Amino acid sequence: MAAIVGYGAYVPRYRIKAEEIARMWGKEASSIKSGLNIFEKSVPSMDEDTATISVEAARRAIKASKINPKEIGAIYVGSESHPYAVKPTATIVAEAIEATPELTAADYEFACKAGTAGMQNCIALVETGMIKYGMAIGADVSQAAPGDALEYAASAGGAAFIIGKEGIAKINATVSFTTDTPDFWRREGEPYPGHGERFTGEPAYFRHVMGAAKMLMERMGTSPSDYDYAVFHQPNGKFPLRVAKKLGFEKEKVEAGLLCPIIGNTYSGSTMLGLAAVLDVAKPGERIFAVSYGSGAGSDAFDITVMDSINAYPRQEIRKMLEEKVYVDYATYMKFRREFK
Amino acid sequence: MREVAVIGIGMTEFGELWNRSFRDLVAEAGMQAILDAGIEGDEIDAMFIGGMSSGRFIGQEHVGSLAVEVAGLEDLHIPSIRVEAACASGGVAMHQGFLAVASGMYDVVVVGGAEKMTDVVGAEATNILASAADREWESFFGVTFPGLYALMARYHMQKYGTTQEQLASVAVKNHYNGSLNPKAQFKRRISVEDVLRSPMVAEPLHLLDCSPITDGAAAAVIVPLEKAKEYTDKVVKIMASAVATDTLSLHGRKSFDSIPAAYHAAQRAYKMAGVEAKDIDVAEVHDCFTIAEIMAIEDLGFVERGKGGKATEEGLTSLEGEIPVNTSGGLKSKGHPVGATGVAQINEIVMQLRGEAGERQVKDARIGLTHNVGGSGGTAVVHILGVI
Repeated sequence: MAAIVGYGAYVPRYRIKAEEIARMWGKEASSIKSGLNIFEKSVPSMDEDTATISVEAARRAIKASKINPKEIGAIYVGSESHPYAVKPTATIVAEAIEATPELTAADYEFACKAGTAGMQNCIALVETGMIKYGMAIGADVSQAAPGDALEYAASAGGAAFIIGKEGIAKINATVSFTTDTPDFWRREGEPYPGHGERFTGEPAYFRHVMGAAKMLMERMGTSPSDYDYAVFHQPNGKFPLRVAKKLGFEKEKVEAGLLCPIIGNTYSGSTMLGLAAVLDVAKPGERIFAVSYGSGAGSDAFDITVMDSINAYPRQEIRKMLEEKVYVDYATYMKFRREFK
Repeated sequence: MREVAVIGIGMTEFGELWNRSFRDLVAEAGMQAILDAGIEGDEIDAMFIGGMSSGRFIGQEHVGSLAVEVAGLEDLHIPSIRVEAACASGGVAMHQGFLAVASGMYDVVVVGGAEKMTDVVGAEATNILASAADREWESFFGVTFPGLYALMARYHMQKYGTTQEQLASVAVKNHYNGSLNPKAQFKRRISVEDVLRSPMVAEPLHLLDCSPITDGAAAAVIVPLEKAKEYTDKVVKIMASAVATDTLSLHGRKSFDSIPAAYHAAQRAYKMAGVEAKDIDVAEVHDCFTIAEIMAIEDLGFVERGKGGKATEEGLTSLEGEIPVNTSGGLKSKGHPVGATGVAQINEIVMQLRGEAGERQVKDARIGLTHNVGGSGGTAVVHILGVI
């Protein structure tokens, strides 16, 4: 199987607190915080979008892994907030990191799991020998209608993963679980997504995440006790903990990669940022279980073993990056999100 | 006029039944009722189906025909009629079925009620439900049902000193009862503090003062009393069936501390059955909001007007109380699939009178009452049932 050669992460420094959003809409912040387990979320600045976040994460991955970007044969950017409806984000990234012109590139969309779908494609291309390195990015500046429950979660951030034959972590296997389940959607031209409220839980998130997780463990002949860390997609801070409990993973194994309570749901970035935060602290020989989730709906599950070479890798110190933050009020948040027309 | 009896009941689980269609629900409730009654399909003479707004919830009208097809009875070519009176659709369907048997026209009638409400998101469900109010003079101006009942609650509080804690005590009691009902949507027990801490929907009504959005169906088989014994030993007689109406809009009413249609339906029902409020052993009332149950027990004459809140708080209507109300959990905890509710209430009272209500059984229940309200009180239906 292929391996993770390197990773890079980027989350905008601006934050808005749950209290500030709750204040605007006459809601009780304490019930939001206890109900969603989200305390604050990241906010993109006026000049940040999925392209800039992707470029930032990609540059950090290149710098840390010390590979020659010209050797990257494929770039896939997964997002549900690509700046253009027609015109790829992936080419902007490719140009910015000087990977052009000898490569393939494309944008993916699968709600919150397009980034991990890109990882799977890179794994396939590496394993078939079509490319030496592939880069998969999951990044979003996700939208939420003002006043919608999504507003407490929808945030901004992204991570880039470089996939190659050998690297800092071996990908032992990956499987997917996919059905047509309309729990969350945004039609062409609509500014905000719609969602099926509680329908996004049991028949959507839990069914698919658990479906992929069980499929992978069955294929590998493993159980939760074989893994040192688990990362699950984080639409809020509650779901990943609940799904971990249902599957039998201890809470401690989830905490290293659980970023949602302090940055919100970075959508396509969510699982990949969580995985990056785990790679920041993981030791050689440790095994990581990661499952993404994209509405619509599907999950990609990964079984990963950390290699000795991670000790030489300049870790990203994502938790430290997240400490550098600037709080904004609701009006500034609206301005940054260009909600004032 | 012939006397009429219930010989079979059926009800689906209530809740957010995402993997089950309207059709599935109708089929399950109907089949349960037919099996419970011990009748053959080809004995059925007519069907009446209560449903509020399948057209807007799932885009399906013409549910009379749908029910016949689901039941596999198309070759009988029997009459099957959909009945609509907003949230009282089930109760009015029961009334129509009662009349059909009482008149001598039909012998074996299946009455059903069904609603599939969770195919739309919450805001859309709220809008659809608002069609039970006066669209031109109420709903278009933004008022929703929580808003209308909040106005009634405010008025009741101001006039009689009813408190938020008393409102909450209705929800606490009904959630407790629901915890004993395997088919209830919410089986979670709650406290007064939980209600008061839940998000405000329309002051003074908190989230836990409101009944939920629910999928579900219920059915009953009714026959002439004289023939009931041929089918079952557990005959429950329909002692009274009364429907009353009032203005569609709330602002058209003379008072806001009562549902006058419910009062009048109750008076007619008591007269028809030859009983008084004090004779009722158990009642299922339309607690779409906690204030609605307080007004209901006042309109039904269980307590003096204005004393409903205090009486609930003191346990008069609890399972062990003098007159247990909403032993099923009521709309609040059992769930409120609007068109099914009136028939679901009949299900609970029949179970109580047969002594089949399990952990929530009221001891020696002989006479039971159902109280089903459409909209803010434009229609109300009261049935009185008794064991013979």
